[in-house]
Amino acid sequence: MAEDKNENGVTRRHLLKDGCFGACLAGLASLAGFLTGKSNAGDTVWQIEPNICIACGNCATHCVLEVSAVKCMHDFEICGYCEICFGFFEPEPFDITEGAENQACPTGAIKRKYIDEPYYEYTIDESLCIGCGKCVKGCNAFGNGALFLQVRHDRCLNCNECSIAAACPSGAFKRVPADRPYILKGTPWEVGHA
Amino acid sequence: MIRFRHIIIAIIVFLYFAAVVSAAERFPPPEFEVDYERPTIERPSPRQDIYEYIDAVVLLAALILASYLVLKVRSRRAIFVLMVLSLIYFGFWRKGCVCPIGAIQNIVMSIFDRDYAAPITVSVFFLLPLVFTLFFGRTFCAAVCPLGALQDLVCFRPVSVPGWLESALRTFAYLYLGLAVLFAATGSAFLICRYDPFVAFFRISGNLNILIIGVCFLVVGIFVGRPYCRFFCPYGVLLRQLSRLSKWRVTITPDECIGCRLCEDSCPYGAIRKPTAEWPADEYDRAKKRLAFLIILLPVLIFLGGWACAHLKNVTSRMHSTVRLAERIYLEQAGKVKDTTDASLAFRATGEEVEKLYDRASHIRDKFWLGGWLLGGYMGLVIGLKLIAVSLFRQRTDYEPDRADCLACGRCFKFCPKERERLSKAKELVGQS
Repeated sequence: MAEDKNENGVTRRHLLKDGCFGACLAGLASLAGFLTGKSNAGDTVWQIEPNICIACGNCATHCVLEVSAVKCMHDFEICGYCEICFGFFEPEPFDITEGAENQACPTGAIKRKYIDEPYYEYTIDESLCIGCGKCVKGCNAFGNGALFLQVRHDRCLNCNECSIAAACPSGAFKRVPADRPYILKGTPWEVGHA
Repeated sequence: MIRFRHIIIAIIVFLYFAAVVSAAERFPPPEFEVDYERPTIERPSPRQDIYEYIDAVVLLAALILASYLVLKVRSRRAIFVLMVLSLIYFGFWRKGCVCPIGAIQNIVMSIFDRDYAAPITVSVFFLLPLVFTLFFGRTFCAAVCPLGALQDLVCFRPVSVPGWLESALRTFAYLYLGLAVLFAATGSAFLICRYDPFVAFFRISGNLNILIIGVCFLVVGIFVGRPYCRFFCPYGVLLRQLSRLSKWRVTITPDECIGCRLCEDSCPYGAIRKPTAEWPADEYDRAKKRLAFLIILLPVLIFLGGWACAHLKNVTSRMHSTVRLAERIYLEQAGKVKDTTDASLAFRATGEEVEKLYDRASHIRDKFWLGGWLLGGYMGLVIGLKLIAVSLFRQRTDYEPDRADCLACGRCFKFCPKERERLSKAKELVGQS
């Protein structure tokens, strides 16, 4: 096809190939330039925007991990320490006691402790929480919204496409900078952030 | 009773504030008279950036080593060891994320979405293997990619796939790449990550359907070498094109091919091309006419593909959550469905006007119209060029690996008598010294 060599021994095919090689190299270099120019930030991680989250329960079932990387967080700064906490109790509890039948949490992960009349402290046992958001729903509906779901970054694999984000009905999942990996409802970033 | 007072207060305060602020402090946080300190919230930090940079350095080192082993050392055993190490590091240790295959989507999104910038490590993961392939061939596929490594390990009884079938099946990879780019560019989904068949193995947990697909790939992989790499891998499509132009590449023989035919069946991936006969002179006219016809057909295929894909916009755009939501809201508004979904409830809670949602959705659909033309045109071009490629006659005098197909696994080396001669000479030299 193109075997007509000139005096330098360069065939047409070789010239074409070298041209394409150079073009590819230049293309990759300019893409690299574009990408470095654009990404001034570090890595990102997935997080839930608690004010958009509707606590639908998908977090508990759609994570690629056996037990979801999403767990409930409790912001004590805005907690009302209610005696009747709807994050803790069923909507219509049989009795206001710590009995399992009265609790909203399916795994009994929330512990209730008397502090001072009429205040009670509620703490979440992280190891039991499955991120179903039942307590979040209750607290949002009747309380201060001190309970909310967050991606726990010691568990999250930071998948390139988060399976929960793909299934999130309210679009509450977003990529946030890795150096500010939590979105708290009441507390500003700086407070209590090591 | 105190608890009933609380409930009544709760309801009153709820009604009062609900319209003003959602989830504001209905019950002011108490000032405790007893000695009580509020617990702090535990916030475990994500993996530090430095580890991501270490990943990038490991990738660079693995690529350099792979290229050295393939082109200089020419040892299948060494390539195999590196491949297993890569599988352990990038696969099981790093859980298969981020990989260069999925990084395609981050890069595309970075280009099309003004608000998104791919992290620097992801860019490095995308670009490094491409650059190495441009210089040394597909050494990334041979010994660095964990997905390839997993399939390579199960390739026990490879059968040969006829060339026409291989070429036809590979169209999937081009289509997969096109769709992945379309969905990433429109911000709809990361298709490649969603249907990554092996990531569930790396994590030893995951979606059951994907796990089943992964098992199927591995079972098929026993008989058809690396089915994902050859017929589906979208990154492989990019690597193929760069590998065609590569400066250095795998050669079966370290010397001159003597045409002994010993390497003929050594490649489990059907990448070895045999020497061809002389140019069939009587075929020339017919071949010329066929080529002319195919070249005229090319623009027709491009147009037909683009037209068809653009008209599929109502189907393809459903991949975007906004379009799905708008369709659902439309059905609910029109009274065609009685119930609601979590998504439609969440949308109504935001108080956004329905018309605005429709506007956003139709704007996204317009993107899919343009994207459909581009995707279809590209697929038409791919099919047209494939037809042209199979009808071209290329004369070959030696046994050589196909520039695009060769995965640089190095299995063919030891079949070459010239290579054995080289090795025994090298051994002698070592013995003497």
